[in-house]
Order: sequence, then structure tokens, then C-alpha cells
Amino acid sequence: MTRPPLKLTDRIARALPQIVVAPSFAAILFFVYGFIIWTGYISLTKSKMLPNYNLIGFRPYERLFQMDRWSVALENLFVFGFLFIFAAIVIGCLLAILLDQKIRAEGFIRTIYLYPMAISFIITGTAWKWIMNPSLGLETVVRGWGWESFSFGWTNSETMAVYALVMAAVWQSAGFVMALFLSALRSVDQDIIKAASLDGASPWRIYIRIILPSMRPVFMSAVVILAHLAIKSFDLVVALTGGGPGYASTLPANFMYEMTFRRNEIGVGAASAMVMLATVAAIMVPYLYSELRGKKHV
Amino acid sequence: MSEQTTFVPAQTRSAVWMRLLLWAVLIVFAIWFLLPAYVVVGTSLKELEEIRGGSLLSLPHELNFWAWKHAWSEACIGVTCNGLEPYFWNSVKMAIPAVTLSTLLGALTGYALTKWQFKGANMVFALILFGCFVPFQVVILPMAQTLGIIGITNTVYGLILVHSVYGLAFTTLFFRNYYVTIPDELVRAATIDGAGFFTIFRRIILPLSPPIIVVSVIWQFTQIWNDFLFGASFTTGGAQPIMVAMNNLVNTTTGVKQYNVDMAAALITAAPTIFVYIVAGRYFVRGLTAGSVKG
Repeated sequence: MTRPPLKLTDRIARALPQIVVAPSFAAILFFVYGFIIWTGYISLTKSKMLPNYNLIGFRPYERLFQMDRWSVALENLFVFGFLFIFAAIVIGCLLAILLDQKIRAEGFIRTIYLYPMAISFIITGTAWKWIMNPSLGLETVVRGWGWESFSFGWTNSETMAVYALVMAAVWQSAGFVMALFLSALRSVDQDIIKAASLDGASPWRIYIRIILPSMRPVFMSAVVILAHLAIKSFDLVVALTGGGPGYASTLPANFMYEMTFRRNEIGVGAASAMVMLATVAAIMVPYLYSELRGKKHV
Repeated sequence: MSEQTTFVPAQTRSAVWMRLLLWAVLIVFAIWFLLPAYVVVGTSLKELEEIRGGSLLSLPHELNFWAWKHAWSEACIGVTCNGLEPYFWNSVKMAIPAVTLSTLLGALTGYALTKWQFKGANMVFALILFGCFVPFQVVILPMAQTLGIIGITNTVYGLILVHSVYGLAFTTLFFRNYYVTIPDELVRAATIDGAGFFTIFRRIILPLSPPIIVVSVIWQFTQIWNDFLFGASFTTGGAQPIMVAMNNLVNTTTGVKQYNVDMAAALITAAPTIFVYIVAGRYFVRGLTAGSVKG
């Protein structure tokens, strides 16, 4: 028995899901993966003010890693990234645990902790820059209270500018980490907790032994997302320190922008973008792989 | 401190102290979070003399909305002095189509990927998902070239295209994760009844979708309104979105530094997303966590 050949309309109906996905998928293939290859190609050329398509090998990367501005940016990323992730997780986790103690007005307090996430880094940077104003900012106020050595003009100091970035970035993201942890805390199996407390375990022990260990996946997610935020950080630097003083607080994303749009060093800019991509991929690919593999048979 | 009578079973001294400590920490953090908002609003309502002579933390002597009006319609950004208003509308014109487009495409893609599992659907999803995490620095240069070739550099259409494409990865993730939880039986039953791809989408899937549509719209709106990198890279002068214009206004070095106008400008620029957060905070938080806690 042979099946009758499908009519064209039936074939279209059958392929409809693929047809619907196709434009989105094609857009992502072109605008994400195509552009990555494109940037990768430019990073191997002598492009200056305009892209130039004559390959010269890895010379732009060699130049990149010889530039002091780039080593400063990488070093800053390391310091900024580490402190930002660490502080955001510690504060976020602390706030989540505290809010989980049957606090009256919890919703109200949560709203206060989370509103920075609705604001752009440009606004955050502008606000904190004003607070850190050396003559009119918080420094003067606190000194007026009698604490003469108080110093908060971080944005104008070569050594402190990076910490100003950390402080503002933590201010912006700690509430988000809190929300993540809080929803995880609430989803811990209540029966286990009840059983443990019937066995005489103190609330403190229950936290350390049962609740915190069960939050490992959320903890991983938070680290990965914050790391990814840190590597992409650009606006905050623009608004808060301008990368300065000099280029003391510049980050790789700002380096890339500076090279590409201000200094006519498109080849080096592209090379720095590829290094950033490699860094993100090194963190994200294993994470996404494990996430997707675990969820495949949902 | 009346809680401990109801919530702390062991009425010991240390429990009371713990409770006090707990509240102290919560309040200190609340002050830290609220400080910038207080300072920005306060400064925007002060006169310049008051700012120079007074304390950062003092309340304004009177409610003076001059700086707000000035920032909205008169402040100089670059060489033009029309305030933020034109740029505000640039952002609106960019955000509305880009949010609509990316949400619609994300819904359809998410639906097709979950309810019509074809060969390679998981691979397609993985490739789209990675798009969420690509550092945009890596696409800026080719994007600038492409926009030039199409002829929409420095226009609102260019930014609509950019935000629609790079938002698509997120919206697909949202809808896909939401649709995974809708039972396949619903779709299967409808297929047996002879309903096709779009009929099922319209009759069964869409009526179940409002919560995730709200999440997606809020997320996209916040992202697009708050974007700085794309706006700064692909537009100049009068075509800039408000975030870029606001930053230029604050960093204009000519003339007297008007801190009250700067802060009013920051407030105006942040107002739409803060409004969304206050009105629909629940969905906002859900969007934030949906991107990270999958499934």
C-alpha cells in the first residue's frame, strides 16, 4: 500500500513550526553568530578608522596585550568582578535570610531593596557620582558631623575609583541576588525542616545543614549571572568615573568602545571584543550545557 | 518590637537582642538603598545657591520645580537647547515597536519550540539561548556596518532592529520556559480535532499567556529604555535615545554646573521604568528570576 503524495498545502502545514521559527533563528544566526565571525575576521586585519579586510594574522592581539590600557582594564575587571560578585552574593544572601525570619512589612522592605534593578546603570552612576562629589557630596556632610578624616571622593582617586564602581554595582544588583535566594529559600521542602526541628535541631543548625546546601544551584546561577554582568559592564563606568582618573578605572568594554569609536583602532577594538567573548563563553557554555542537559526530558 | 511575643517561642533575652539586631541590619541596608533616591530627588528640588551653601542631605527649603521644567524643555544637550523632551519621545518611538516585535516573535518561537518539537528543536533553542549572554561589544562593529549598508544608521529604525534582534533571545527563553509547563495533551487533543498550528496558538496558547506576556513586555521595556551601549554606538545628535542624551547633558562641561538640573534629568529619565516597577513589580521580579532559575 503506497501513501498518496502529500499536497503542497499539507506539506506547508506540516513544516509550519519550522517555518515560524526560521525568521527568528535566521536573525540570531546572522546577527549573533555571523557577526561574531565578522568581528573575529576584523580582529585579524590592520583595520584602523574603517574596517579593512586584508588579513595580517594575530598582530592586533599582540598589540592589544602590549597596551598598558588593556592590562589595566583586565586587572580592573579581575578586581571589580571578584569583589562585585563576592559582595553582591554575601549581601544578597544575608538580606534574603533576614527577610525570611517572618518579618512584618516584608513586601515593603523587599520593594526598597529591589528598585535599583529597574534603573539603568547610567542613572545609578550619575547619582553616586553626585554623592561622591568631593566638595558638595557626602564627604563634606560627614566631616561636618565631626569625622574629619572621612573620605568618600572615590571617583577622583586612582586607587579608589574601582571600588566606587564595585560599590555602585553592588548597590544595583544586591536586591536581585536577594530575590533569587529568597525564592529558593521559600521552595525548600518544609517537611524536612519540620522533621529536623522535631529531632531537636536548632534553627541555626537547620540553616547551615539543610537550607543552605540545598541552595547550591541558585548560588551557581547567581555567580554566573553576576560574572556575566561584570564582564559586560560599560555604562556604569561611563557615568560614574568615565574610566578615570586617566584610565585608572577603565574596564574591557570601555576599552573596546574607546578603541573602536574614538581612537581609530578598529582592529585592536575587535580583538578586545573577541577576548571578552572568549571570557564569557568560558563561563557560560559549561553552565548552559549542564542546565540544558538536565532539563532535556521535561 | 512587638513581634517577638508572637514569633519567638523562647522568650529569652538573647532572642530579643537577635530581633533588634536583625531589624538594625535591615534598616541600615534600607537607608543605603534609599540614599541615592533621596539625594537625587532632594537636589532636583533645590536652588543652586542652596546646593552650594547647604548640606547634601538637608531637605529643600521649598518645593521648587524649576530644575524639572528646565531639564525637560530647556537644558542644552550638545548644541541644541530643547531639553530632554525630544529624546524622551525618541526612546518611546524606539521602545514600543521593539518591545512588540520581540515579544511577538518570542511567543511564536517559544510555542513552536515546545509544542511542535521538531528535529533539532533543542539545538535551535541552545543556539538562541547563547544569544542572551553574548557581550554586545562583539556585535557592535558589524552592526554599525550593516546599518550603514541598509541605510538606517542614526535612525530610530536602526535601534528598533537592534533591540528586536537582541531581545529575541530573552523573549524566546521566557516563552519557551513558560510553555514547557503547559500540558502537551491540550495541544494534542486540539490537533486530533483538526486544529492547525495558528488556531491552537490563538485559541489555546494565547489565552494562557497573559502572565508571561506581561513579564516579557516589562523586561524588554526596561532593557530597551535603559540601554546605553547601542544608543551611544549607533546614533548621534537629535536621533539619540534619552539615556544617551541624559548622559550628555550631565557631562556637558560648558557653563555653570547645574546639579539640580542634572538630578532632575536623571529623575525624568528613570521615571518610566520606576513607574513600571511600582505598578507591576511582581512581574518585574519574575522576569529577573526567570532568566536565571530555569524550569
